[in-house]
Amino acid sequence: MLDLVGKRYYWFLLSLLVIVPGLISLTLHGLNLSIDFTGGTLWELQMSRPVQPGEVRDVLAAHGYPDSIVQTSQDNIVLIRMKELKEGSPQKAELATALRERFGDFTELRIESVGPTLGTAIRNRAVLAVALASLGILGYIAWAFRNTNNPFLYGIAAIIAMLHDVAVVVGTFSILGWLRGIEVDALFVTALLTIIGFSVHDTIVVFDRIRENLGRRAAPTFEEVVNYSVVQTLVRSLNTSLTVVFTLLALFLFGGETIRYFVLALLIGIVSGTYSSIFNASQILVVWENRELHRFLARLRGQRQHVPA
Amino acid sequence: MRIKPWQILIVILLLTLAAVWVDLPGQSLDPLGWKAGITVRQGLDLQGGIQIILEARPPAGVEVTQDVLQGTRDTIERRVNGLGVSEPVIQTRGSNQILVELPGYRDPEQAVRVLQRTALLEIIDTNGQYLAPGTIVNTTAGPASDVLGTEPTPTAELAATPTAGETSTPSATTPQAAGTPTSAESTPTPGATPGSESTPVTGGSAGTTASPTPEAAATPTPAPTPQAQGPVYETIITGADLQDAYPTTDQFGTLVVGFELKSEATRKFCDYTSSHVGFPMSIVVDKQVISSPRIESAICEGRGIITGLNAQEVNELVLQLKSGALAVPLEVVQSRTVGPTLGQDSIHKSIVAGLVGLGLVALFMILYYRLPGVISVIALLMYTSFVFALFKLIPVVLTLPGIAGFILSIGMAVDANVLIFARLREELRLGRTVARAIEEGFDHAWPSIRDSNISTMITCAILFWFGRYVGATIIQGFALTLFIGVAVSMFTAIVVSRNLLRVLLTSGLFHNLWWFGLERRPVEPVTAAGD
Repeated sequence: MLDLVGKRYYWFLLSLLVIVPGLISLTLHGLNLSIDFTGGTLWELQMSRPVQPGEVRDVLAAHGYPDSIVQTSQDNIVLIRMKELKEGSPQKAELATALRERFGDFTELRIESVGPTLGTAIRNRAVLAVALASLGILGYIAWAFRNTNNPFLYGIAAIIAMLHDVAVVVGTFSILGWLRGIEVDALFVTALLTIIGFSVHDTIVVFDRIRENLGRRAAPTFEEVVNYSVVQTLVRSLNTSLTVVFTLLALFLFGGETIRYFVLALLIGIVSGTYSSIFNASQILVVWENRELHRFLARLRGQRQHVPA
Repeated sequence: MRIKPWQILIVILLLTLAAVWVDLPGQSLDPLGWKAGITVRQGLDLQGGIQIILEARPPAGVEVTQDVLQGTRDTIERRVNGLGVSEPVIQTRGSNQILVELPGYRDPEQAVRVLQRTALLEIIDTNGQYLAPGTIVNTTAGPASDVLGTEPTPTAELAATPTAGETSTPSATTPQAAGTPTSAESTPTPGATPGSESTPVTGGSAGTTASPTPEAAATPTPAPTPQAQGPVYETIITGADLQDAYPTTDQFGTLVVGFELKSEATRKFCDYTSSHVGFPMSIVVDKQVISSPRIESAICEGRGIITGLNAQEVNELVLQLKSGALAVPLEVVQSRTVGPTLGQDSIHKSIVAGLVGLGLVALFMILYYRLPGVISVIALLMYTSFVFALFKLIPVVLTLPGIAGFILSIGMAVDANVLIFARLREELRLGRTVARAIEEGFDHAWPSIRDSNISTMITCAILFWFGRYVGATIIQGFALTLFIGVAVSMFTAIVVSRNLLRVLLTSGLFHNLWWFGLERRPVEPVTAAGD
């Protein structure tokens, strides 16, 4: 039978190889936060003729909005990110008139404007939402696995796997934000929370099998029981995430522009979630049960005692 | 007697038919009109519209209580109704915010203007002095007086800014409005200031009690940041004293705001006007003078008109006066406007994506699981019809991420089937009969399905709460659709798939294991798993 558990440290290494670059990018560049968190205005216009971003920027700067980011895309669409421009304010009317004078008439596709204080509040609330979701799930798992030796172990392993997925997605978006200017908005938080749910969903299926196999003593050692359970659920895990990946891929390729990066975040998260439930969560159980961490620390301590001698 | 699988199946079939009937667009197949009013409710991002979050900016020292916020919300609601928007959302959020959503509304600037303005109407005693339109004054009543009357605190300045923007509008139109009535009918009384131009402002019901007052010729040029100067004027009448307000025309055919006072206020106004004949008084909205007519004679009918506004301003002020003044000044802290084209484009794309996704999943399931795969696809189609029917019946406001949540839940619905079929195969490999394998497969898969779906539902609940705080019905829509999707998927997997399998198997057609994606002979158990 496939020995997945025996190679556990390779799987952990692979996870680290994916996560560490993302975390480095996160510490160096952070996330490219959208106006949802920073406050400001996102203004999407459809002009009647092609325009250059520079021209639009000049008009904005001339009316007191320097440092605006202007992007153009197909169909003469202009996307402007700027400091807060209130709907219905005289400043907005003035800018609209100036733009009309310079580029002719345009259609306002959307304008989103967020005040700065609200942005901070949302950011705090997003962190709180992720924390609450983790706690809720930890509690539920501990309850669902109350008949095992160590119910909280399962909960903690699931949370570590979940944090793994969050780290993968956040890290990837930090790199994407740095390289491609992709922003993180309130929808991204939604994607993160969904990934959390999904990751735990996947992990629980494997844990459930371990619980069942432990109950009927399917294999002599804990390590073998875990390996047996992971192999048993492998096909199911892959098939499930494949069906979800299919639907997400369809959304990514054919869905609208506004949710593209939301879907991308989900896609990365689902793949990572499947990986972590197979290769991380259950392996953590084994590491814990074998007291490998204790032994590792003991060895470290032993070495340290040797060094001064 | 035990309920037989085929009996359950008939119930499921009837349910499905009902769901499909609800799903059908419009009033098709609906002779009794039961479906009237059941439609897909589209969110702002799909049909276009405006979302505004207003935050109370109370004057220094004033606290915004829940009662005040609720009252303000009600005022906003009356104004929104006046705008003629169908299915608006008006909610209070937290301690000092009001969320307004106007689906399908196309004029964000007007919406903000109408909703945000405090619209505190006052008629003030100017102590015989003539006040030019556009002047900012201090009065004895109302919340705005605290803002402008006291020394400018940071809050006061914030609240004053929007007023500054509006200042230009009425004053700019004053010359036009003033120009019209200088016709023969008006009898301008020689005024205090020579070379003046008449601006008729208030009058009695027929415009006879108060005649146009001559006033300063100079077009009032408001200061860039108007600040209240001078004395505090006494307020005689406020917007709260109004019985009604309506657009009407004055004696020159110009559109003006007509108003009617409550009986008590009528007496008060009568007393005041009879003792001040010959003096000017000022009509003030949000501390800014709109017009300053001269009192020609006592006004005791309790009616009057407000002139000096253009047609749009008249309509907006009528709406605001009818709905009452805001209890506290509001500031727009967030607004989102989506044009209709973007949304329509998104709908088309999402439908294509949904169909492609569904097709891919169906193909995969049938190729991999064969007969159970076909059954799961049937279950999936039923699932889709159930969920969509629920969306229409509840009704759920469909947003773009909501559609994404729905499509995602299709993938997750399959998961329950995958779990069951994987178990089914295992049981068959262990050499069990098909009928036994089905029961065992379902029983063993159930705890996994339950636990995993509950954890998703916990996340949905937290998402819903987060969405409410952020004021993003977008996120709430996603959470709600995903929640419904997960809940219904548990039902379809456990009830629909299971009974379909049971019924099809008793037919005896499918005893060959090939139908289940296995070789003809039962394979050796994977390991010596004993039980």
